[in-house]
Amino acid sequence: MEIFVQQLINGLTLGSIYGLIAIGYTMVFGIIGMVNFAHGDVFMVSAFIALICFLLVTTVMGITSIFLALAIVLVVAMVFTSLLNWAIERVAYRPLRGSFRLAPMISAIGMSIFLANFVQVTQGPRNKPIPPMITDVIVLMDNGSYQVTLAWKQVIIMVITAALLGGFWYLVQKTSLGRAQRACEQDRKMAALLGINVDHTISLTFVIGAALAAVAGTLYLMYYGVANFADGFVPGVKAFTAAVLGGIGSLPGAVLGGLLIGLIETFWSAYFSIEYKDVAAFSILAITLIFMPQGLLGRPEVEKV
Amino acid sequence: MAVQTAETAPPAAAIPVLGPAFKDALIAGLIALGLFGPLIGFETVIIDGALGLAYRPSLLAIMVGIIFFGRLLLNLTLWSPNRKPSTHTGPTLFDRAGTFIGPGVKPALLAFAVLFPAIAIFSLGGLNESRYLIDLGILILTYVMLGWGLNIVVGLAGLLDLGYVAFYAVGAYTYALLATSAPINDFFAGLFGATFWANWAFWICLPMAGIFAGVWGMILGFPVLRLRGDYLAIVTLAFGEIIRLVLINWVDFTNGGAGIASIPRATFFGIPFNAGPDGFAALFGLPFSPMHRIVFLYFVILALALLTAFVTVRLRRLPVGRAWEALREDEIACRSLGINTTTTKLSAFATGAMFGGFAGCFFAVRAGFVSPESFTFDVSAMILAIVVLGGMGSQIGVAVAAAVMMGGMEMLRNLGFLTQIFGNDFDPSLYRMLIFGFAMVAIMVWKPRGLVSTRDPTIFLKERKAVSGDLVKEGHG
Repeated sequence: MEIFVQQLINGLTLGSIYGLIAIGYTMVFGIIGMVNFAHGDVFMVSAFIALICFLLVTTVMGITSIFLALAIVLVVAMVFTSLLNWAIERVAYRPLRGSFRLAPMISAIGMSIFLANFVQVTQGPRNKPIPPMITDVIVLMDNGSYQVTLAWKQVIIMVITAALLGGFWYLVQKTSLGRAQRACEQDRKMAALLGINVDHTISLTFVIGAALAAVAGTLYLMYYGVANFADGFVPGVKAFTAAVLGGIGSLPGAVLGGLLIGLIETFWSAYFSIEYKDVAAFSILAITLIFMPQGLLGRPEVEKV
Repeated sequence: MAVQTAETAPPAAAIPVLGPAFKDALIAGLIALGLFGPLIGFETVIIDGALGLAYRPSLLAIMVGIIFFGRLLLNLTLWSPNRKPSTHTGPTLFDRAGTFIGPGVKPALLAFAVLFPAIAIFSLGGLNESRYLIDLGILILTYVMLGWGLNIVVGLAGLLDLGYVAFYAVGAYTYALLATSAPINDFFAGLFGATFWANWAFWICLPMAGIFAGVWGMILGFPVLRLRGDYLAIVTLAFGEIIRLVLINWVDFTNGGAGIASIPRATFFGIPFNAGPDGFAALFGLPFSPMHRIVFLYFVILALALLTAFVTVRLRRLPVGRAWEALREDEIACRSLGINTTTTKLSAFATGAMFGGFAGCFFAVRAGFVSPESFTFDVSAMILAIVVLGGMGSQIGVAVAAAVMMGGMEMLRNLGFLTQIFGNDFDPSLYRMLIFGFAMVAIMVWKPRGLVSTRDPTIFLKERKAVSGDLVKEGHG
């Protein structure tokens, strides 16, 4: 029972991070119908930007308040990552609209390889550890031999995720930008005829996706305390799995899928085998796509000529 | 950075160029500063066990300067509004040159490939001195073969396969496991003598590796081939990773991450390359040299690669090959014309996988050692990059791309002046994947049909005409 509760907490924490990344996949897929393969690597780059900013803030500027430092790091990482994703869309994806079907996907794979190796070349291949930031925990249950703890950083991750999702939901449902996005998703040509600047809306979609990925990257860095150039690939594929499981194109689905993947991964590691946890996630991806391609909350896809 | 297109016709009077160009370049430079600032300007280094920062302002300034002046120069020349847009249509000079020298290129390249060991030996003055060049030739040909194998799946059938390395791994492990298996060795030792299995394992396992990989292609392909392009790509990627993770974790069967060592070497159709009285050198009356085996391996991989190319060329003319290409162009049209898309896709997938398996078997016999580390996603990505750069569907383009990307990088490593410029720890092979990734994006944006974009039609009315890649629309549907 204690182990179960502990795994539930860990799974929800991990799932929050996956959910934040998954939104980036699902939004881009919804609006231009491409799998943004480089999104996982954008997440990884954001973790590095957060790392560098954190070192600057704490060692050079000498800010000792950890929450102030975290807030600064979060904002800086969001700004720079958004700029990066905006530039990627401009350079690598926009010229390919209307090209043959596989072109954007191949370009995204190229961009993914480029980003990972760019970080490897500029920052070195080794793990970059930072000292643990917030180590306080709340003891929830204690039966003498096993303590169920809720770390403060897990609380921070869940609170930030929930707050961001609330704000994001408001943005998509209530603002004119959100309306424009949903219109482009339904029919890009019609939206353009009605005076929506489609290119601008798509750019902003990439920017929002990157900002959420940057939050995920910062929280990931805070939670695990380490960044590596190869860390974009596997979390990226898992977040994509989350987006597919929840129903690609559906925003609540992405969050739900993220939480489910996080829970499945932690419970699988705890009760079956930690070696095969990635196999479990990849298998879910394959099984979902083969048997339930519309996902949990998505609409079934209609094939058009 | 962003690609500009000529949108308006140039007016008669010249537009002021310098001011806008400068402004545009300044903006590009600022964006570049924002992009490169964190990652190039700062380097995270571990000092005394703790992570610290090192600063690289000069490198950052150089990178931003390149973007700024590059953009300024382009604005003033190629993208200048005063420049008359090119009215030339039809095949470009490059394409026409390609069709002009095209017929001669293939025999010349083939002759070069066949004579390469002899050229290497004579120009370097001895068998042992040429080892490096011939090893390089083997490496390039392995990737040529893998590229041609993947070309069947991606270039002909239009299925984006990101897990091609899985079949390479299946082939390699088939040979590694069968050749080192003690029960099989004992079985053949009782029938044909103690050294039979060690001498013949490669030649018996080579077709088996291909068959196994092909069967795996069918097993993996069957459930996923109903999926659309992007989904198919991601699922094949997942399968590739699953196979690698299973190879790492199933220690009893595959020996895990430690890999399988001392795999029997290739033999000259049963005659081992050793110094003994039954060895290759003694039987043919030559002085013993370990290079005999390397040169022989070179011809084995050359033959395998040529087999791949030959089979592909012949298959393209069969109904199944035509169905592949039709499927690439328009899947719905294919289905309405009565082509069974599932079996057509499956045959492409399995054929591509089979050649991957052959190449994997060759890899195992050349290295004498296999481990899961050799079969990461990077290899899949590299093969895909070669196919994309060469031009999907073009045989000669894939071969040239493999030679340039694999050989070119190796050659760069040995150029002395590069280390003088960039410092002693400069290693171009570190930049290989960086360049691969960048080239994939650049090719897609700038020349989506690859560097060799003319195609030989396999079916024609009255006379054969070269088809410019721009006229063929690929992969819709």
